[in-house]
Amino acid sequence: MNHTLKIILKKSALRWFFIVMGTLGYNAGITQSDQDALMMKKNEFCTGLMYQQSTWDQYWEGTLKRENLNIGTMKTQMVGYMAMYGITNKLNAFVSLPWVKTSSTAGQWKGQQGIQDVSAWLKYWAIDKKGAKGRFGLFGLAGVSLPVSDYTIDMLPYSIGLGTTNFNARIMADYQRGKWFATGSMTYVLRSNVELDRTAYYTTGIHYTNEIKMPDATQWMVRAGYRYKNWIAEVVADNWTTQGGHDITRNNMPFVSNRMEATRLGANFKWEDGMVKGLSLLAGGNYALEGRNMGQATTVYGGIVYLFNFSKKSSSNTNSPASK
Amino acid sequence: MKNLLLIFLIPALFAGCNKEVDDVSLAYPVLQPTKTDANAGTWKTMLLTTPDQIAVSAPAAATGPDYTAQINEIKSLQAKLNDDGRNQVNYWGAGAVLRWNEITRELIAKYNLPPVNNPDGTYPAPDANNPLSYPYFPFANPPYAARAYAYVSAACYDALVACYHYKKLYNRSAPYVVNTTVNPLLPKTDLPSYPSEDATVAGVMWEMMKLLFPGEQAAIQAKINEHLQARIAAGMNVRSDIDAGYALGRAVANLFVARARTDRAGTAGGSMVIQKQFEDAAIARGEMPWISQENPKRPGMLMLFGRVKTWNFDSAQLLSIRPPAPPATGSEQFKKELEEVYNYAKNPTRDQIRIAQYWADGVGTYTPPGHWNAIASDEFVKLGLSEVRWARNLALLNTAMEDAAVSCWDAKYLYFNPRPYQMDTRIKTVVGLPNFPSYTSGHSTFSGSASTVLGYLVKNKAASFEAMALEASISRLYGAIHYRSDCEAGIACGQRVGGFAVTRAQNDGAGD
Repeated sequence: MNHTLKIILKKSALRWFFIVMGTLGYNAGITQSDQDALMMKKNEFCTGLMYQQSTWDQYWEGTLKRENLNIGTMKTQMVGYMAMYGITNKLNAFVSLPWVKTSSTAGQWKGQQGIQDVSAWLKYWAIDKKGAKGRFGLFGLAGVSLPVSDYTIDMLPYSIGLGTTNFNARIMADYQRGKWFATGSMTYVLRSNVELDRTAYYTTGIHYTNEIKMPDATQWMVRAGYRYKNWIAEVVADNWTTQGGHDITRNNMPFVSNRMEATRLGANFKWEDGMVKGLSLLAGGNYALEGRNMGQATTVYGGIVYLFNFSKKSSSNTNSPASK
Repeated sequence: MKNLLLIFLIPALFAGCNKEVDDVSLAYPVLQPTKTDANAGTWKTMLLTTPDQIAVSAPAAATGPDYTAQINEIKSLQAKLNDDGRNQVNYWGAGAVLRWNEITRELIAKYNLPPVNNPDGTYPAPDANNPLSYPYFPFANPPYAARAYAYVSAACYDALVACYHYKKLYNRSAPYVVNTTVNPLLPKTDLPSYPSEDATVAGVMWEMMKLLFPGEQAAIQAKINEHLQARIAAGMNVRSDIDAGYALGRAVANLFVARARTDRAGTAGGSMVIQKQFEDAAIARGEMPWISQENPKRPGMLMLFGRVKTWNFDSAQLLSIRPPAPPATGSEQFKKELEEVYNYAKNPTRDQIRIAQYWADGVGTYTPPGHWNAIASDEFVKLGLSEVRWARNLALLNTAMEDAAVSCWDAKYLYFNPRPYQMDTRIKTVVGLPNFPSYTSGHSTFSGSASTVLGYLVKNKAASFEAMALEASISRLYGAIHYRSDCEAGIACGQRVGGFAVTRAQNDGAGD
């Protein structure tokens, strides 16, 4: 591999890693640049590692917020590997693979750990309109994720994932004016059915099968902030809602096909180190304001990303709404 | 733009995927018994002293305007039968005893939830007289469930023996035999139709569910209406068959309700004073007593269930099959077994977790007795049993499993043995930790009794049932909530419990 570093302009396309669903520890799946409006140039390759930690000591049992002294504080830790590649200036690909570990401070349940779901995305920059005052971009994304280990999904909230194969379709709009920007996106997540290790289960009625019909999910996200030179600072709000599913009944265990909702508010920072070219540091966090059948999680993360340019051409990096 | 479209097309292809799930229960075929068991009126009952203990008057002649009106009820229902109605005919056509066993399982799963503690750290007790306010009555935990399945099944059995007695006595033919213009929508049978066996079962359920799930009256009534209407719409019964069966079922069930009110289950919850006595007794023997591992500490589950009245043996026989004392908590044997649990808990393999979860049947499920009812039902469906034999087999299975619960709970509170996690908090579990003493394993006792009964009833599957029971038993060690002694003593006791039910089966006149 050619490790020749290429200068990255400070106002370059930012390889912006972000976490979508760390809230409960259920969906610790990471996604990265699929959430932002930034593009890599052709033949640029970027790779990185991220650590994320999510904790909650209260959760919504249906709509009732409660604590559980037999869980105490639930903690989900994740180490994620990510890689991104510019296929063309307008088409980027991303993959990620997280390792997840769950634990709690009380009770006798055994926390679980393992490699969770691999995800892969394609991102297409469909429209780029420069106006007198700003620049507008429209993006289409498609992603797939699927479990790569045979983890149990029947031990929530200790399971490391929900076990679904997901197909994501996302449309995203971005507007940049000077150093300030705003991005909005909508996502539809097709979720496959999943299977338990048992032959019957109860949701709102009994089912004599090991297969569970999983509701699909939608997500919206808005983010806005400062994007200039080697800094990004933004606030992010998002909402995850399953299209169906049932509530946890009183004092019951959570179940994989519960109706899960969360509205989160958070902030992200990215800083590109001027000393070591190609190196970026990431940090951020979010907090669940509202939810249903999920933990009221506080999530923090930090990561490090490194960019290679295989094209060996100096990047002009006008390839993004992020640039002027 | 073309590329963008493509990106959205890929997931769209999967949008068409069918997400509907194949449910085993909904795929059960309509019942077509291989033999009618027309002489079942002579089979030995559980509580009824004679099959005619409850009087059923002779049906009016199958002629004249009244009977014609009843035939016309069938025809008018059939004339407006839509897909829903046809589905109901077929659903109930799989068997009354089967379907109501499933409904019982469903209610057990719905109600199998431990109450949340009060703010002061105490726990509220569900109140049968106030079932709809929290904590809902009942908390359908495994002993409660075992007893519920036993009463439902035993009452169905006795009522159907009486029903078959009257069927033979009065010998009224089915409507489609009396009147050939009636079109039966289910397989024809030679069995006389008065009183209706389906209505007999429904009548039993109405009374039993009042006792067992008093908050579910409206839902049960709706099911009963649907069931009985489906039988008339199917052309299998006229209204008077239904009415007679329903009344018979209710009357027989009331004998069982009377037994239930005096079987000591009502006081099985115990109290903290009683729990302290068990604890003191264990300390006096030099043993480490069981301590609830929940926070706040929850009183042990149904601490006096070991004194509940049994079905297939008496209290002296209960003592004779009582498991021997477990290894003393200070003994080398105990240390060795604790170490074994720890080793399973440290790094459970995926297959051990699979087995632990397959048999866990914990909170929010139909419990281990429910699991064995599901296993039994899958087998019985293949055998094409008559309704009365369905009831007899389930009565044998479920009375054995309630007896297993009594035997196991007797040992649990007598020995008051601590769980592995209490002795070593490094022993984290992959299934829920039950809130009652460790020795013996309830799953093992239930499974030992169930596999013994099922092995007698379905002889060519006996080895497979035993293998399942052993796997259910060892699953509790994999789950890290039981020692090996708990599992082995549980299986052994369960098999002896099951033996008493087999003795009953050998002498009830039903044959194979």
